[in-house]
Amino acid sequence: MVSTTRPTELAIEARGLVKLFGSNRAVDGVDLTVRTGTVYGVLGPNGAGKTTTISMLATLLKPDAGSAKIFGFDVGTESQIVRQLIGVTGQYASVDENLSGTENLVLFSKLLGLRGSAPKRKAAELLEEFGLTEAARKPLKSFSGGMRRRLDLAASLIAQPPLIFLDEPTTGLDPRTRGQMWDTIRRLVAGGSTVLLTTQYLDEADQLADRVAVIDKGRVVAEGTSGELKSSVGTAALQLRLSESSDIPSARELIRSTLGVDSVVSEGTGQLTAPMQHADLVTDLLLALRRDNIAVAEISVQQPTLDEVFLTLTGHGTGTPAETEKARRATPELENAR
Amino acid sequence: MTAITPALLQDTGALRNHVGARQLLSNTLTMAWRGLIKIRRTPEQLIDVTVQPILFTVMFAYIFGGAIAGNVQQYLPLMIPGILVQTVITTSMVTGVQLREDMDKGVFDRFKSLPIARIAPLAGALLTDTLRYAIATTLTFATGWVMGYHPAGGFGAVVLAGLIVMLCAWSLSWIWAFFGVIARSASSVQGISMIVLFPLTFLSNAFVPADSLPSWLRAFANVNPVSHLVTAVRDLANNGQLGMAAVWAVLGGVVVVATFAPLTVRAYMRKA
Repeated sequence: MVSTTRPTELAIEARGLVKLFGSNRAVDGVDLTVRTGTVYGVLGPNGAGKTTTISMLATLLKPDAGSAKIFGFDVGTESQIVRQLIGVTGQYASVDENLSGTENLVLFSKLLGLRGSAPKRKAAELLEEFGLTEAARKPLKSFSGGMRRRLDLAASLIAQPPLIFLDEPTTGLDPRTRGQMWDTIRRLVAGGSTVLLTTQYLDEADQLADRVAVIDKGRVVAEGTSGELKSSVGTAALQLRLSESSDIPSARELIRSTLGVDSVVSEGTGQLTAPMQHADLVTDLLLALRRDNIAVAEISVQQPTLDEVFLTLTGHGTGTPAETEKARRATPELENAR
Repeated sequence: MTAITPALLQDTGALRNHVGARQLLSNTLTMAWRGLIKIRRTPEQLIDVTVQPILFTVMFAYIFGGAIAGNVQQYLPLMIPGILVQTVITTSMVTGVQLREDMDKGVFDRFKSLPIARIAPLAGALLTDTLRYAIATTLTFATGWVMGYHPAGGFGAVVLAGLIVMLCAWSLSWIWAFFGVIARSASSVQGISMIVLFPLTFLSNAFVPADSLPSWLRAFANVNPVSHLVTAVRDLANNGQLGMAAVWAVLGGVVVVATFAPLTVRAYMRKA
């Protein structure tokens, strides 16, 4: 029996989490604070320590140092309580390959203590909710990747946990399925759940998360709202390809006069790239190009990518730890943005 | 939408940090149920307890019967208990192999994240495996019956003999479960199990009378626990006697469980 009054304003409170795999510091002192009822994004490349961090928060791994509390309950000493408060959806669907959709959900419902006809009812309800009714009886081997992820998420929601961990919920999914997954996550949040999601995609964090932590080499290198994050990363880039390469010098001159920035010419393709701070000014540029009879073959806008986020925040893409140190000192303004 | 609305965190007083005996039992039964569904889905995993007992019984009887006992009919009372013990004990190693395969799967991560008894997946697997032993035991005696082996000890003694064999196989499955937990791959579990089991089952009195063996081998066969188990089955099935051999066999099983159950559970909990 535990005390009944715990502060539940914070869904997750992690301090200095460390996990070593041999000599590799997979997670190297991660702090996370997630308020109840919000969506928190953890953004980082492969191997940054995202999954390891989630595994420790979800009681799957024991931290080598540091502590974490879920709704005020310690993941180490009160792990069985923590497990009653969380749902975990892994990077690779953690459902039973040999069982059908219904059997999987019935299995987890039974394990969670539903009795009598309740497991079957719950399974049918969730399959309906996630659009899997037609696949209910099929063994999982015939499921598509998207169907597996949805079943996996459904299985995490049986106990209606107040905190849900989503580890890269859309990695490897096609764009349409990805959109469906986003919709599901949004509905989940609208229902009052707290969600911690990891992702490699900046736009996913942007679309779903209230706050974002950028993680690199096991450390949080930046934290803030996605707006704060994006403004620190810089701007989208306007890319132009001209029909006649002889027009390039005059086009660069027009970009300078209308957008007020210098453009870069990429060798070989002759493509012009210019930072786009104010989208509205692009209209002026296009009008100016038409006025001067400069024909545009191709035009596109390049959003900042995770690579650029990393370049900006850490000064490297996948560089050395020394550079990370340097970069962390170089970005105090974002740390202060909290 | 109702299905995915979360329970709001109002009454944390209902949360408990430990698992009671009732929940352990319920979780274990659910895990055993999962094992049964898997068997229904992939019946081919029962080949070692269905085809193998029939095939080996017929093969061994007709190949060795004439040479060892003069004819097949006289060989059956010696050989059926031997092949029964060999088949059922060999099938016990599947526990370890399947446990390793299972623990490598993604679904195990979910088990670990659920508020269930930690030991339930292991306990459920061990429970499901008793069904495999029951099938192998029944089929071996049935094949013997068809070939003309009518145990003089009577039906009750045969059932008791079968139960003792199943108990010993279940005890041994703790050893394979231990290797299943600590080994890195399913095939290495299989390898380890074979190296232990093959000599253990053959260097015994299972297929030949022990006194036909050279003295050094006879010494080993006489202390081999498999020999005690085979003798116990022969005493029961052929004479209806429950002798010292049965006591040794059951005691051996108890010792194995007492040794390996804590080892396995500890290694398992460290990983689970």
